[in-house]
Amino acid sequence: MNIIVCIKQVPDTTEVRIDQKTGTLIRDGVPSIINPDDKSGIEAALTLKEQYGAYVTLLSMGPDQAENALAEGLAMGADRAVLLSDRAFAGSDTWATSLALAYAIKKLKYDLIICGRQAIDGDTAQVGPQIAEHLSLPQVSYVTDIKKEDDHLTVKKVYEDFYQNIRVKMPCMLTVLKEMNDPRYMTVGRIFSAYHDNMIEKWTIKDIELDSALTGLKASPTQVKKIQTKGGKTAGKVFETDAREGARLIVEKLKEKFVI
Amino acid sequence: MDLKSHKGILVIAEQRQDIIQNGTYELLSKSTELAEKLQCSVSVLALGKKLNETHATDMAKFGADRIYIANHHMLEHYCTETYAKIICQFVQDHKPEVVLVSASTIGRDLAPRISARLQTGLTADCTSLDIDETNHHLLMTRPAFGGNILATIVCPNHRPQMSTVRPGVFKKVAVDKNQTLMIDYIRVELMPEDMNIDIIETVYEKTEKKNIEEANILVSAGRGIGKKENMKALETLAKQLGGLVSGSRAVVDAGWIEHHSQVGQTGKTVRPDVYFACGISGAIQHIAGMEESDLIIAINKNPTAPIFENADLGIITDVNQLIPALIEELACNQS
Repeated sequence: MNIIVCIKQVPDTTEVRIDQKTGTLIRDGVPSIINPDDKSGIEAALTLKEQYGAYVTLLSMGPDQAENALAEGLAMGADRAVLLSDRAFAGSDTWATSLALAYAIKKLKYDLIICGRQAIDGDTAQVGPQIAEHLSLPQVSYVTDIKKEDDHLTVKKVYEDFYQNIRVKMPCMLTVLKEMNDPRYMTVGRIFSAYHDNMIEKWTIKDIELDSALTGLKASPTQVKKIQTKGGKTAGKVFETDAREGARLIVEKLKEKFVI
Repeated sequence: MDLKSHKGILVIAEQRQDIIQNGTYELLSKSTELAEKLQCSVSVLALGKKLNETHATDMAKFGADRIYIANHHMLEHYCTETYAKIICQFVQDHKPEVVLVSASTIGRDLAPRISARLQTGLTADCTSLDIDETNHHLLMTRPAFGGNILATIVCPNHRPQMSTVRPGVFKKVAVDKNQTLMIDYIRVELMPEDMNIDIIETVYEKTEKKNIEEANILVSAGRGIGKKENMKALETLAKQLGGLVSGSRAVVDAGWIEHHSQVGQTGKTVRPDVYFACGISGAIQHIAGMEESDLIIAINKNPTAPIFENADLGIITDVNQLIPALIEELACNQS
């Protein structure tokens, strides 16, 4: 079985702070990580590899530094890593990104494509289903368990208050949730080879034979019109006090608002 | 693309077990507001097996001028391909300029698939929608970068302009348009192979899940609660006030409450009358899920916790001492 896992290198958004004076994002010193849902996708692929045998290829689109995310995935146990990197892709929205990834996937062998549900910097959850559409593949999103029987997969898909067991024929695309597993650590030997043996293949737009008119900012249907940072809601009153006085203040406020 | 040939707003309804979901009504209410600026009508397309006039009447109540119903046995339960096929065909025939979808697990699976097929843009999880009156563009505002920024997105050269909105973000407002009900039952053509997945079983969680999105009062726990045992006092307080307990991502990750009670960017968006933030520091991802609450009361022993910037009332003290004191104070008040 050939599995492709699409991963994204993202800034750790829990570490991002706002400069209160300028109202801008402080990006300096924010570590880059493999997007958490994607990392669980790698783990899911490696688990399938152990259970049923598989060849696991990692695919990422991004700047050169995204190599670090791919190297980490190789050090976890993936077999191959491809970085799709070209200035032509810059400014791509989810539609254009998913198209470029789909073109890259067409150049690879696959039975199963795994994407993380969503990336923590964008939170759109769009790229996986859009890749599936560009490749005309069946999709199941929000997956937390995968089992293989012959050329079919049985997966658990979770909704808000119920879940479904779904059987789907390969080739197909799944998006997975980070809750599904705890990704393994890298092994020392693999870390060494991932970083030193030049294992990451770099592909440009030429390698995937994509028309440059179909990618990047100009080909993206959506455009960012305005960016603003969020200010605090209100200048509410804050009291430093003991528990008893605090409780009294809260009751007073609840009465004032006719809650009690 | 001929942009002018596209007109009107289309809401894709979400039905679960034949019940139209609240997110649909909220989108219809918002669409009514947008339609005034665009001077267009609001349509809704509902897919199911046995949807009828009762469903249509309910949707009309919240602003749908025209109701399209697609009934078919293959549409009873949500499936990406069957739904996408019917909706894309409908959009190509009717050419709406705006398509809105609820950002539930269903909508977030469906909308990207549709937008890719229609080769148009999609903006996910919008928290605000408006119309640029100079050019009639839909202004779609959403949090990004973990909620640290708000981005306003447009889709100027492709139609329809598509957006998903999380349930609970907009208010459900009944409108009285005083018009006759316009229902169209559309012809559905599906092939057996369109069902490209096989739903083996659907399992409803047995434990009675309480929906924090519907609660008027939420007592929400953060890491500052310290340990799971301390959740008991919060539950007592919630019960006393007729509310529910919710929590931040940290508390869900720690296993103190279940995921369906998580508030925030990766959890639920809530807007209760009163939101108690108990030992919640107020990461921007959390704020994004509760900032629309009418009254926010924050209790935290750390005076620099960002939650205080978003609170109407902040108490700097040990939350585990305050909650029992508050329970007592409320009991005195009630007697």
